[in-house]
Amino acid sequence: MNDKPYAIEIEDLTVAYDIKPVLWDIDIKIPKGVLMAVVGPNGAGKSTLIKAMLGIVKPISGKVLFFNTPLKEYLKKISYVPQKGSVDWDFPTNVLDVVLMGRYGKLGWFKRPTEEDVRIAKEAIKKVGMEDFMDRQISELSGGQQQRVFLARALVQEAEIYLLDEPFQGVDAKTEKEIVNILKELVKAGKTVIVVHHDLQTVKQYFDWVGLIFTRIIAYGPVEDVFTEANIEKTYKSRHNLTLKEPFKC
Amino acid sequence: MLELIFSDYTFRIVALGTILLGIASGLLSSFVTLNKQALVGDALSHAALPGIVLVFMIIKVKNLELLLLGALFFGLIAIGLTNIIKKYSKVKFDSSLALVLSSFFGFGLVLMTIIQKTPTASQAGLNNFIFGQASTMLPHDVYLMLSISILVILLIILFWKELKIFVFNPEFSQALGFNNKYISLLFSGLIVLTVIIGLESVGVILISSLLVSPGVSARQWTNRLSIMVVLSGLFGAISGFFGTIISAISPKMPTGAIIVIVLSVITILSILFGSKRGIIWRQIKNKINNHKIIAYQWLNNSEINSLPIEALQFLTKKNYLAIQNNEYVLTNEGRKLIDYYKEAQE
Repeated sequence: MNDKPYAIEIEDLTVAYDIKPVLWDIDIKIPKGVLMAVVGPNGAGKSTLIKAMLGIVKPISGKVLFFNTPLKEYLKKISYVPQKGSVDWDFPTNVLDVVLMGRYGKLGWFKRPTEEDVRIAKEAIKKVGMEDFMDRQISELSGGQQQRVFLARALVQEAEIYLLDEPFQGVDAKTEKEIVNILKELVKAGKTVIVVHHDLQTVKQYFDWVGLIFTRIIAYGPVEDVFTEANIEKTYKSRHNLTLKEPFKC
Repeated sequence: MLELIFSDYTFRIVALGTILLGIASGLLSSFVTLNKQALVGDALSHAALPGIVLVFMIIKVKNLELLLLGALFFGLIAIGLTNIIKKYSKVKFDSSLALVLSSFFGFGLVLMTIIQKTPTASQAGLNNFIFGQASTMLPHDVYLMLSISILVILLIILFWKELKIFVFNPEFSQALGFNNKYISLLFSGLIVLTVIIGLESVGVILISSLLVSPGVSARQWTNRLSIMVVLSGLFGAISGFFGTIISAISPKMPTGAIIVIVLSVITILSILFGSKRGIIWRQIKNKINNHKIIAYQWLNNSEINSLPIEALQFLTKKNYLAIQNNEYVLTNEGRKLIDYYKEAQE
């Protein structure tokens, strides 16, 4: 059991923007097949953690391994759902075209998507319940539909590890449930799914693993062991301290 | 007169050159405007002027390759400077572009005035680099413009998918395994090449509009990137063609100015009448949509036959209702309308 490699192994990861440390000496080992939430207050470095894992943000130090393989060799087996706000939704393109972009990595430089790629993309669009919107302009999508499209784009990457940055942002309750169900299906198929999450209320209901971070990793592991009052307090406390330190605030 | 122009070999080559330059910069302008970099070409071209003049002061003959190398060198310094200002100071990017652009251009004008006093300079037609003059270009210069334009067009076609995802969602492109540094370098390289080869025919002041107007115009007509890029290439070609033909008919007329005027007309027409985003079309669509919403509210909120007579007449006129056996009934159109808005509200 012990010689089974971890799906994700992060060692001594430190990231800073200019002089401000965003992630400090992060060590995490995540086993295969978990559905893990990454929670923490605003500015805690949750998105940065995902971006550093993908090499979008360059860390100052530390390394990340996926099944004992460095990122460069493993990248093609990682799916990514960036934050919704990372794209201009006014870009002239439609749903099918955006989902097809998920195939670009497998195609590599120069090559154009084939009919097979289109078939895979259409299947993913069906899976997220957007089959009636294939040709829809992306500027005409609702927040929930935008997230569905992003999820479909990640699905066609056909990866082993899924990294999602706030996939429930601006999403209605029905869409949130459906996205969670798709993620649970992925985990059932042996994939490893990491989700930057905002809503503490739903952690227990949706996830089996959780990581609490505030620049440092406060705690991580199975939800029932780690998602305790004490740890939550510790994660969100640093901010309370800031406000409490100001004298005569009451 | 026109016949003379069309039968003239030199003119045909020049026209072909400016048309291809128009296509290359037009194609590129779609990506430039979508990437919100409309001002970069402007800074680059203005900053190129002192490079051209300095090289001429040193070699004292008009060797286009060397002059353009000087232009390239200064253009790159200018872009480097704006990036340094952006990185290390609190000056905003657009301000730093404007600062660099105007100071380099000013420096170029000073140098230009100094060498105007030497007879070789006016013979070499250095003035043409300011406003552009395609019709007096030497065949050798035209071939250079022609071949680099073709290169730019081919590179855009070859790297289509990479440029698209880089402009749409750079983080995702990096996560897919494309090195954004290379795509960004390619993108900047294409902009630099296009600006540099357009300097003589269109001029340092106006070349940047070829990198903006076609893209802006094309966007008004379509919601698909591929069509947008083809259209912007076409708009660039049209302006290049007319620019050359008009400046050939009246030789004092600067090509760059004509090109920009043609482009501006296309842009104004597109912004007004563009079928996807044009102001007038949008107004008409809004009006139609408002009618539809009113119709939906009538149909959805009340029993059809209890609607006021004006409503019934309106709905019948719009084909949402029909009269059958002296009663108003919903048509297929009407049912579709209800379904559409019900879905939209979910």
